[in-house]
Amino acid sequence: MGKDLIFEMEDLSFHYGRTRAVDNLSLTLSSGCFWGLLGPNGCGKSTLLDLMARCKTPQAGIIKYRGRDIRDYGSKVIAREIALVPQDFHVNFPFTVEEILLMGRHPYIPRFASPSSDDLQVVDQVMEVLKIAKFRHNYITELSGGEKQRVIFARALAQDTPVVLLDEATSNMDIRHTLDILDIVAGDVETGGKTVIAALHNLNLAATYCDKLVFMKSGRVVSQGDRDQVLTEEILYEVFGIESRVYFDEYVGSRQVAFRRRRP
Amino acid sequence: MWIRKEKRAAPETGRACLILLGGMLVLVIIMATGMGYMRISAGDVIRIIFYGLSGNHGLIAGINKVFPYVVWDVRLPRVLTAAVVGTGLSLAGVVFQGILLNPLADPYTLGISAGAAFGASIALLLDIGSLGIYSVPLFAFAGAVATLFAVMALSTSGGTISSNNLILSGIIVAAILSAGISFIKYVADEQVSIIIFWLMGSFGSKTWVDVFITFSFVFIGFIICIFFARDLNIMSLGDRSASSLGINPNRTRITLLVTASMITAVCVSVSGIIGFVGLIIPHLMRFMVGSDSRRLVPASALAGAILLLSADTVTRALLPAEIPIGVLTALIGGPFFCYIFKKRQTAVQSG
Repeated sequence: MGKDLIFEMEDLSFHYGRTRAVDNLSLTLSSGCFWGLLGPNGCGKSTLLDLMARCKTPQAGIIKYRGRDIRDYGSKVIAREIALVPQDFHVNFPFTVEEILLMGRHPYIPRFASPSSDDLQVVDQVMEVLKIAKFRHNYITELSGGEKQRVIFARALAQDTPVVLLDEATSNMDIRHTLDILDIVAGDVETGGKTVIAALHNLNLAATYCDKLVFMKSGRVVSQGDRDQVLTEEILYEVFGIESRVYFDEYVGSRQVAFRRRRP
Repeated sequence: MWIRKEKRAAPETGRACLILLGGMLVLVIIMATGMGYMRISAGDVIRIIFYGLSGNHGLIAGINKVFPYVVWDVRLPRVLTAAVVGTGLSLAGVVFQGILLNPLADPYTLGISAGAAFGASIALLLDIGSLGIYSVPLFAFAGAVATLFAVMALSTSGGTISSNNLILSGIIVAAILSAGISFIKYVADEQVSIIIFWLMGSFGSKTWVDVFITFSFVFIGFIICIFFARDLNIMSLGDRSASSLGINPNRTRITLLVTASMITAVCVSVSGIIGFVGLIIPHLMRFMVGSDSRRLVPASALAGAILLLSADTVTRALLPAEIPIGVLTALIGGPFFCYIFKKRQTAVQSG
């Protein structure tokens, strides 16, 4: 598996009214990596993911996906390439977990057709992997927050795409389920050749799982590259304005970040 | 911890429900047509209907000479209009609830009915005849769509629409519009009785023309709803998920909202304001066939027809004096609305 370029973004801008969420941003991402997207609240991470998933159209600039302008792809084609797991979601109607997962197969099922045995098989596999098979016939409205988030994550996995975008997708989960899910996607990157781009708040989880990091601030990229090159005390100060200590942790097997109280 | 029950509305049970509802609708139509001041047996009703369709005089041999007239020219138009309006209001309810992600939405609670009524009142006040029989429905449609966008604009903050704001905005806009309608009644001299009579909501004195207009629009609306049923399901995951699944959320939303407003407008222009049908039916049907719109849309269409036709038959044939149908549905639907509202509040607290 060669590490080809999967996303090439040039001079990208997107603003909500007068607020610039993404400001003249250029970024290239290679495929087959676990990319971590880090930066303070409101730095444009979610907007950037939305632009990559084509949920939003940039006001300026161009996004190339696998060398072609992303606008040239059909919507069903893109939906078979890129899945997005949002941060928050409210399903107000009592759909069963199985129905939600089958919605993930939407790009593969023609209108008015029933799901094929392939579709059902993928859904079964995903439920097995995420340990939600026991909720299969339960209504999503009666699950706990963490369970719901696993279902939403499973929905995206059922979409069976080579690229998965995670927007703080583990924010409602306890640490065990967080590790479960990050293990699954990291495994898909290593053995399945998937590309994962995850916006994360937890620097240490990012350092543990991601092999590449992108630091963003005010809609621009501050630094990007291999984890061990860009995860430094200087960059953390520049991006977040905090003092920290970056060290290699033997137990984790990667760099970690430590903080301390600033007022005694 | 509680035991998770196995419960599921499988496609097979969904199909069985649809067949059951379809059968019930036919039965209710025949029964309702037979009921009234003159009782006509179900057999005679069926024979008269087939006579009306085929023109074969042999079918009505031996039946009271007045009956074919009563069934074909008086009762059937009313019965069918009531059924089609019930279908339309329920469809609009399914769409408004699904698109606005709000189980409390329906044409009445969102103020769309009031908007349509306002538009129609203006058409009646100005006595616009240039557009023929379509002038009232067209003005109602314009009023409905304008109200829809006003309510949505009022409840949007920071690009997102909050569910509760939506209902509040609907009530505010509906209050303004009812004041507007009262004003129109005040300034209307000769037209006032027409407007008042029409606003009360009634299926009395409906003709085959009413049946035809209502049916064609509701049918077109139904086809659009079925076509977008799957997209409507996915819209409930939220815009970001929907668009990453290859759906254009804005286009789907506008198409379906305008469709639902069109259906509401034609229903209101033919029968006045009838509340809560679009609220109750989708709820009951979600209980029966599940949330999947591909089953929910046809089930609600059938059940809405059954409910409104039954309600109309009760006011027409069973009660000693005919009360406006809108009053009856509000009396049944209002408490139901309270129940859902309360249940949602407790769900939010415990979840």
